Amino acid sequence: MKEKGWKSIPIGGLITEAGNAQEYNTGSWRTFKPVIDKSKCINCLQCWIYCPDSSIKVKDGKMDGFDYDHCKGCGICARICPVKCIKMEKE
Amino acid sequence: MSKLIPLTGDQAVAEAMRQINPDVVPAYPITPQTEIVMAFSQFVADGLVDTEMITVESEHSAMSACVGASAAGARAMTATSANGLALMWEIVYIAASTRLPIVMPVVNRALSGPINIHCDHSDTMGTRDSGWLQMYCENAQEVYESTIIAMRIAEHPEILLPIMVCQDGFITSHAVEGVKLFDDKIVKDFIGEYKPTFPLLNVKKPVTYGPLDLQDYYFEHKRQQSDAIEKSKKIIPQIAKEFKNISGKDYGFIEEYKTEDAEIAIVALSSTCGTAKVAVDRLRERGVKAGLLKIRFFRPFSAEEIAASLSKLKAVAILDRSESFSNHGGPVFAEVRSALYELQSRPLVTNYIYGLGGRDMDISQIDLIYQDLAKAVEENKVKNLINYLGVRD
Repeated sequence: MKEKGWKSIPIGGLITEAGNAQEYNTGSWRTFKPVIDKSKCINCLQCWIYCPDSSIKVKDGKMDGFDYDHCKGCGICARICPVKCIKMEKE
Repeated sequence: MSKLIPLTGDQAVAEAMRQINPDVVPAYPITPQTEIVMAFSQFVADGLVDTEMITVESEHSAMSACVGASAAGARAMTATSANGLALMWEIVYIAASTRLPIVMPVVNRALSGPINIHCDHSDTMGTRDSGWLQMYCENAQEVYESTIIAMRIAEHPEILLPIMVCQDGFITSHAVEGVKLFDDKIVKDFIGEYKPTFPLLNVKKPVTYGPLDLQDYYFEHKRQQSDAIEKSKKIIPQIAKEFKNISGKDYGFIEEYKTEDAEIAIVALSSTCGTAKVAVDRLRERGVKAGLLKIRFFRPFSAEEIAASLSKLKAVAILDRSESFSNHGGPVFAEVRSALYELQSRPLVTNYIYGLGGRDMDISQIDLIYQDLAKAVEENKVKNLINYLGVRD
């Protein structure tokens, strides 16, 4: 994302478009990334409930991997997983 | 003008607030501002205004509620003094950087400690770099008129900055003067209806106020604040011109008093200017070419105009009612002297720190300053760069 100059941004630090946090790639902050072993996953979706960054992808009611553009690698998903199928690996 | 009535500076502010009829006033009482809140809350109780008055538990909350109300799209005002201003400090900066047009009358009082309730400018001079605009008023009439003008300045779409309207604690705030008030309708028409740009309450156009702003954009937002201050230098004269149409009075960044042919002059803020005008008149009767430069707007700081005004003089005394502890002069001195640096030929300059904690400043002391200036002209040098006037050795 190209950074804009002071003449072309809203004043006062205001964000005038809703939901644009998605444009900010927080995945680059990550040191450890979550990796799932789908063969053990029971699709309880506790990781989806606990993820503070909405970075657990879900498809047809099932765990479908991670949004690595926004996952900061906090490790909450790995900690909460009841069958321990998520591991944190160094980037 | 409809009527001339006896009012204190505080009551004059309350009358201006009644006529402005702000949407929200969160306030906490503190001497010598208390009378503003007292009088205004009576107007609220009597149903003379539509204001939502919030009796908050501290000044930090008062400014926080102003920020919330202003962001929501309301016209918000509060008032404070000294330690109250110090307590709201964090939010004072946030109000300016969030570009919220809050109008805050400040009754100047010495900051603790030692604890003191009387006038000096240490409180608002401390907020000099906060991004607020600042007007300093000579008397109750000016306090009344400035409060009304301030509302227009703050809310101008190209400015959108909060503004302090400062008056001297007790000297102005508690002394009764004849004040001419406008008819309510004139004030209402002059300030007009406030049309907020991004009101939080507009659910059709949601916006986020106060998000985290790191290395990538914080600097750009600060640059915008400097730009708004610069723009205010062009817009304030336009608003002042409109005000002149209803009042017949000039509200320039500075007021020059008998400086046209003057050789020596004092630069001062607020009520001291009233005293200095009397001193100037008396000196003029004796043939001394004395003048006075009153700085009405300390923010924006009209450096070019101040330098141009002082360029013709031989010696100038710059007065500070606060101490910056640089031991190289008070805040007014530092900025005015810096403004003179670009001039090809500069007057001799000297600084007088005076009146701290409400110490009286009378005509005889101002006379002493003019005597020092006359001597400096004679000897072509000032005796002391920094002087402490009226303090016991």
